[in-house]
Amino acid sequence: MTDQTSIAPQTVNAGDIKTAIEALKQQFPDWVQDDTRQGYSGVLVDRNHLVEVARTMRDQYGFDYLSSATAVDYLGVEDSMEMVYHAYRTSGGPALVFKAQTPREGAEIPSLIDVWPGADFQEREAYDLYGITFRGHPNLKRILLWEGFDGHPMRKDWKEPYYEEEHKPFDSRWPKGYVRRAEELNAFGKNVKYPADLDLSRLNDTSEEALYSGMGLGVDVEKLTADEKLKTDRLVVNLGPHHPSTHGVFRMIVTLNGETIESLEPVMGYLHRNHEQIGERNSWLANIPYTDRLDYISSMGNNHGYVLAVEQLLAMGNRYQAPTYRAEVIRVLMVELNRLVNHYWAIGFLLNDLGAFFTPSLYAIAEREKILDFFEAVAGSRMMCNYMRFQGVYKDLPERIRGVANLVNDQVRDFNTMDYLTELINERLPRSIDELDFFLTDSEIIKARTIGVGYLPPEMAIAYSCAGPLLRASGVPYDVRRADPYSIYPELDFDVAVRYHGDIYDRYLIRLDEMRESVRILKQILPRLERTQGEDFFAGNKSIYMPRVPLGEAYGRVENPKGELGYYVVSQGDPKGPQNPWRYHVRAPSFINLTPLGQMCKGQKVADVVAILGSIDIVLGETDR
Amino acid sequence: MYGLGILKGLGVTFKHFVATYTADVRYGLKRYTGDKFETRQGVDATGIYTVQYPEEKLAVPERFRFVPFLVVEDYDHPDRPGHDWCTACGICAKVCPPQCIWIVRAEDPVTKRPIAQPEAFFIDIDICMNCGYCAEFCPFDAIKMDHDYELASFDRTWTHIHDKERLSKQFSYWKTIAPTTAAEEAEARGGWEHIDVIKEKKKKAAAEAQAAETAAAAAEAAASAPAAQQDEAAAPAAEAAPAAAGTTDADAAREERRRKREAALARKHAKDQDEG
Ligand code: SF4
Ligand code: SF4
Repeated sequence: MTDQTSIAPQTVNAGDIKTAIEALKQQFPDWVQDDTRQGYSGVLVDRNHLVEVARTMRDQYGFDYLSSATAVDYLGVEDSMEMVYHAYRTSGGPALVFKAQTPREGAEIPSLIDVWPGADFQEREAYDLYGITFRGHPNLKRILLWEGFDGHPMRKDWKEPYYEEEHKPFDSRWPKGYVRRAEELNAFGKNVKYPADLDLSRLNDTSEEALYSGMGLGVDVEKLTADEKLKTDRLVVNLGPHHPSTHGVFRMIVTLNGETIESLEPVMGYLHRNHEQIGERNSWLANIPYTDRLDYISSMGNNHGYVLAVEQLLAMGNRYQAPTYRAEVIRVLMVELNRLVNHYWAIGFLLNDLGAFFTPSLYAIAEREKILDFFEAVAGSRMMCNYMRFQGVYKDLPERIRGVANLVNDQVRDFNTMDYLTELINERLPRSIDELDFFLTDSEIIKARTIGVGYLPPEMAIAYSCAGPLLRASGVPYDVRRADPYSIYPELDFDVAVRYHGDIYDRYLIRLDEMRESVRILKQILPRLERTQGEDFFAGNKSIYMPRVPLGEAYGRVENPKGELGYYVVSQGDPKGPQNPWRYHVRAPSFINLTPLGQMCKGQKVADVVAILGSIDIVLGETDR
Repeated sequence: MYGLGILKGLGVTFKHFVATYTADVRYGLKRYTGDKFETRQGVDATGIYTVQYPEEKLAVPERFRFVPFLVVEDYDHPDRPGHDWCTACGICAKVCPPQCIWIVRAEDPVTKRPIAQPEAFFIDIDICMNCGYCAEFCPFDAIKMDHDYELASFDRTWTHIHDKERLSKQFSYWKTIAPTTAAEEAEARGGWEHIDVIKEKKKKAAAEAQAAETAAAAAEAAASAPAAQQDEAAAPAAEAAPAAAGTTDADAAREERRRKREAALARKHAKDQDEG
């Protein structure tokens, strides 16, 4: 690495965190202890006093932003489960990590929803996947699986149908890999083998009843006719799951009074595939291509977050080499281009949601295409990039962006990579952003539909753990790239875009602002790319496919286009045994940003729901995981 | 003025509309061919331009990755036509994230000892996620990502489990679809051949050099020694250069040694990986 390396994230305001922890320990000597396990950080909080301690953290020490709350099952290690929380200050700085432990049987932890309402969905997820009961949670229902699903699939003793082995690689593949069709294991075929303790008769779906109960349905006709005046009844409308504007399979149950929304309940999980469980069966490296499939619009950013998290773990060992400077430059190049890709897409489809069917989207997509061509030439794939590796990247930029004619293809293209990039960054992208701006920003129709609609006040945005453009459009200048810097962002010159009205229009404008900032960053990246030409893009031995990951935990977070993307990873493995994450959790911005959706829609017209959802910008691959 | 914003927007739409036609007119009938096509696909392009798939296809870049194929020696290779590059080391099967590679390693029919060759090799392309790890981590450059993305078929059962025959493609094919990468890899290996062939050659060269040395030494010794001893000194030198002999026996022995070494190499690789 050169002398321009980034500030290690740990050193920013580290004193503050330490002071806060010390003060907390003094204040609550019996309830707060250091987490002394090898490779762990933060404090353990007595679960019976969790709410009190959390409130002190928020009010006295300023940790007003709960980024991530997730559960870990330590079956066989400590025979307990624990909730892990990462709280931040919106003024910046590293995390205050605290944990609450509970026995596995009758697992129960008090809900933090009163302290940070943003814990809502995350606690429901932990309840759903781990079976931890959150005392005090007002709406503790399953969120990703259906009501009536038997068991909690993230528990370490839960085995999925077609369970093969605890960890990949599976022994049946080599050296005696007599192939069988995956379809022969089809759940509806006769070969399916369920674990002994799975009771099929209990797999019934009661979620519908649960959803509609308490929504005030049903008309009392007698009462209606007895009354003199005309009364309206509430109407429950299901928007989705198959609805063009939901960008996937997402459902909103809306209670309407006339055209006005009284309540909105998001229902998700239609695309749930237990990504985290898959990730825990996988080896460390094998998770990188899986992260592509979370938010498939911005796979480079997904890769980046994951490799940063695992690099933190690797850095605890002694064989670790930090990525080279060139690798960091290329990474930033990729993620910033990816941010543009995402925002083009988001703006295009927001306009679709507003009814400007596909003309603006296609203009945006045409620009996005140029970037995808570049991704394809560098990483090999347009969307499933799988480009970053621990300690570096997959390959250096190619000299030429070239399609070679062969048996399959005929139309040849051949560009010099640096020329292509320079032209793209200096000419094409700024031009097209200006054009989008000119095209849409002043349109009276857009203004009428968006200004003042879907208002989210800043306090609420923070409390609900919103992230990314949604948070910043409400006037909170919180950007992980600046607040808790990583990679080479500290040496780059850019501003955190912020807007103050918190409505759809500002969320649209802030995306334009961010695109301009990204172009500004990219312009600074170009000379760095030139300067580091020919330097190593990988530190260490690139042929290692089963890296030894030291014991410990790490939380890697990046400012993804949709908001803060975090990966919480725990390594517990025997250094000689299989090398797999013990815990692999994704703090998905698309998921958590939906927490205030109901609040934002309350009192709005039904036609605005789609626009509000579009302005949050979600991808269901990431929401449902 | 109210409505000005909408008019501005419509202006942009109109500009795009016109640009598409003017570009078509400007490039004329050549717009579908050669460098005109290239310009229209580049960063300078104006207007909306659609590639008329499947009549037209875009050439994919070199690193483009789709379902992998296995490299075999060219069918007109002088020494080992059609020989697998794969040594059944199993690294690709281990690294494959969705575990869609199945390899049966060959066994010696008599001794049951493993041979560094795949007896069968399957990839379930319905499961393959085109991640490219197999190609990235194969130590023998024996599995590569293909460019052929038109794999749809009417059969959903066994057609999509590619067996060794379906997977195998000549090395020259790899050189045509990815010339730069192939050249880089060849440079890393030290030649265009399979790494084992290169090593074999190097060893042979070294042996020959040594033989020559020994012979020279023997000749020197012979100059000063009695004639009776000269025969004895020359004998080991002749043995040290078996390549020159070329009898069937020597060939078989060499083949045997090569296989053993391949197996050992694969084991060593696997071990290195485990330790690394
Ligand atoms: S890694 Fe390469 S040599 Fe080893 S089994 Fe796979 S294809 Fe064969
Ligand atoms: S490309 Fe990836 S998924 Fe496909 S066979 Fe290779 S390693 Fe497996």
